[in-house]
Amino acid sequence: MYLIKNLQYHFMKDLGLPALMRFSQRTKKRRPKKLDTCFGPPLTSTGRLKEIMTRHYLLSRYAEGARPVAWVTSGAPVELLRAFEFYTFYPENHGALCGAQKVGSELCEVAEGKGYSQDLCSYARIDLGVCFSGRTPVGKLPKPDLLFASNNICQTVVYWYKVLAYHWKVPLILFDTPYNFKDIADSDISYMVGQLEEMIPVLEEVSGKEFNYQRFQDVIRLAKEASLTWGEVLATMKARPAPMTIFDAFGHLAPIVSLRGLPVALNYYRVLLNELNDRVKKGIGAITDERKRLMWDNIAIWYKVRDLSNRFAERGMNFVAATYTNAWAETISYLDINHPFESLAKAYSLVILNNNLNHRFELMERLVKEYGVDGLVIHSARSCKPYSVGQYDIKRLLMDRLGVPSVVIEADIADSRVFSEEQTRTRLEAFFEAMEA
Amino acid sequence: MKYFLGIDVGALSTNAVILDVRREIVGYSIVQTGANSTEAAEETLEKALVMANIDRAKITSTVATGYGRISVPFAEKKVTEISCHALGAYYLYPDTGTVIDIGGQDSKVIRVGDGGKVLDFTMNDKCAAGTGRFLEVMAAKLRVSLDELGDLSLQASQEVQISSVCTVFAESEVVSLVAQNHPTEEIIRGLHRSIVNRIWSMVKMLGIRGAVTMSGGVAKNRGVVSLLEERLEQPIHVHTEPQIVGALGAALLALRLAQTAT
Repeated sequence: MYLIKNLQYHFMKDLGLPALMRFSQRTKKRRPKKLDTCFGPPLTSTGRLKEIMTRHYLLSRYAEGARPVAWVTSGAPVELLRAFEFYTFYPENHGALCGAQKVGSELCEVAEGKGYSQDLCSYARIDLGVCFSGRTPVGKLPKPDLLFASNNICQTVVYWYKVLAYHWKVPLILFDTPYNFKDIADSDISYMVGQLEEMIPVLEEVSGKEFNYQRFQDVIRLAKEASLTWGEVLATMKARPAPMTIFDAFGHLAPIVSLRGLPVALNYYRVLLNELNDRVKKGIGAITDERKRLMWDNIAIWYKVRDLSNRFAERGMNFVAATYTNAWAETISYLDINHPFESLAKAYSLVILNNNLNHRFELMERLVKEYGVDGLVIHSARSCKPYSVGQYDIKRLLMDRLGVPSVVIEADIADSRVFSEEQTRTRLEAFFEAMEA
Repeated sequence: MKYFLGIDVGALSTNAVILDVRREIVGYSIVQTGANSTEAAEETLEKALVMANIDRAKITSTVATGYGRISVPFAEKKVTEISCHALGAYYLYPDTGTVIDIGGQDSKVIRVGDGGKVLDFTMNDKCAAGTGRFLEVMAAKLRVSLDELGDLSLQASQEVQISSVCTVFAESEVVSLVAQNHPTEEIIRGLHRSIVNRIWSMVKMLGIRGAVTMSGGVAKNRGVVSLLEERLEQPIHVHTEPQIVGALGAALLALRLAQTAT
């Protein structure tokens, strides 16, 4: 049985799904593209990105029985699972997708109907809503054999994944990362390494595969290289005009989040980097008239990405940096194939959300300087408390120390019910007036 | 003679200011916005024209501001109230470094730079706490007029603590305080304290620079202003007509618009 399922999985991954997607591309009626004069030519790599992510989600239907399936948090050290060839599903990435497709709020309501508070993260509510109702824009989610969470991004994931473990009746592995108040101690590293080592027998049992150190090192190498390449992709936006906007980068982020450690992610970023370097050489900008350069703080407002992108581009304002997209270029590069466990512990405990506010301010100060940022848009996300706390201090510090103006938008990542159009418009227009005065 | 018009269509009142070329205020008016903001804009303009004793044709340029700025069809330009309040406050009090505007629907704190330029600002989040609407709801519940609130609160020798910042919950809190026979003045003072505490945290987010000028309808409430002065430990500039500050800023922009056009 396993053999058949495994053959089917490989056939669909390498031949079936690519052929199917090519066919559906060809038969799909091509709508004439609206000519937007404020944007430069679209990136051709975006087509490849869509292919990769569509195939990833479609493949989940063939994963059950062929591969061990794990549901993973965005900040968990997935590299260890890759060594056991898990098919991984990222509820947060799926939550963003639901948000972008504007079905986030109705899935949240499903969870709320079961008693989950509106104050809970919308990614969590969407995911629980999907589990309870079976509804998802991607058709069907693969049933997990294992849940893997790390509290380096928030504490919510701990309780969210406990609910998942109860719902699916599968084991949950938690990677506990001490918060970095000032410096990371050796005892912290050994505490985390101990946890990673303890996971191995559990992973062996769930996957039915023996741990292969060399394969693990391969994954570490691939993840590190993909992260470095993603960093180079972002760095192309230092050019004037920037060849891409952060709103594009929010989309191109998907492979480094959910396919990290696989060759496909690295290959994709090499293709994207080539295209961006070429655009820089030719002086092609993401928007035609780049007059101001902005930075974004916090997770995207997924149901408003296109709308916001237009509103800023119309005024010649381009987002060239974001703390959010930078998060996957910042610490994964600490990975070291010669010290895989120690470097995983370091890379995953020093992520922006597990690090002190001083670190965040220094990071933002560096991004402002390196990318020539004129202003900052701060998304205060109702869902993401660890990301939103301290934003007013950072706002004041950036104004006082660097004279960089900023605006706060109160919204949410995937639940559009808390977005207030009129209040956001006034705040943004006042920001535009201050920037242009 | 040329004249320049600023119209501020707010959630509660719609205000107009007419300036002459010497930047002197020659007419202004304050009317209730009601259900139709375009009509309110017409009405306030007519009243201001009467006060200025000029003909409508003499208006060279118009800038509209406030939440209803899009419903002023005759305005050449629409500008947010944040820029307008900063400019208006700076015109009235050139030492202004911080503007606190408590309007009907929202409240904001603005850091003002040279020439009345907006350096930074913060607004209340999606909630009526710390806004004029909060006081309006409470005044109705206590059966006193909005104008009486300030004097009544200054008469109070004690104050009652209002624990909820939510307008809806605070309203039910007031109902139970009334039922417990607490004097109205003491409840009002407690309500004012609650607004001041909310504004205080917004001021703290931005930090105070220079002199503080208060604008918007709530600035007419002496009870709120005195509690806020106490909390900020500094005096606050309040114009005799604080509601026209936004329209004044808009009129100044209308003048600037006409000058750059010629």
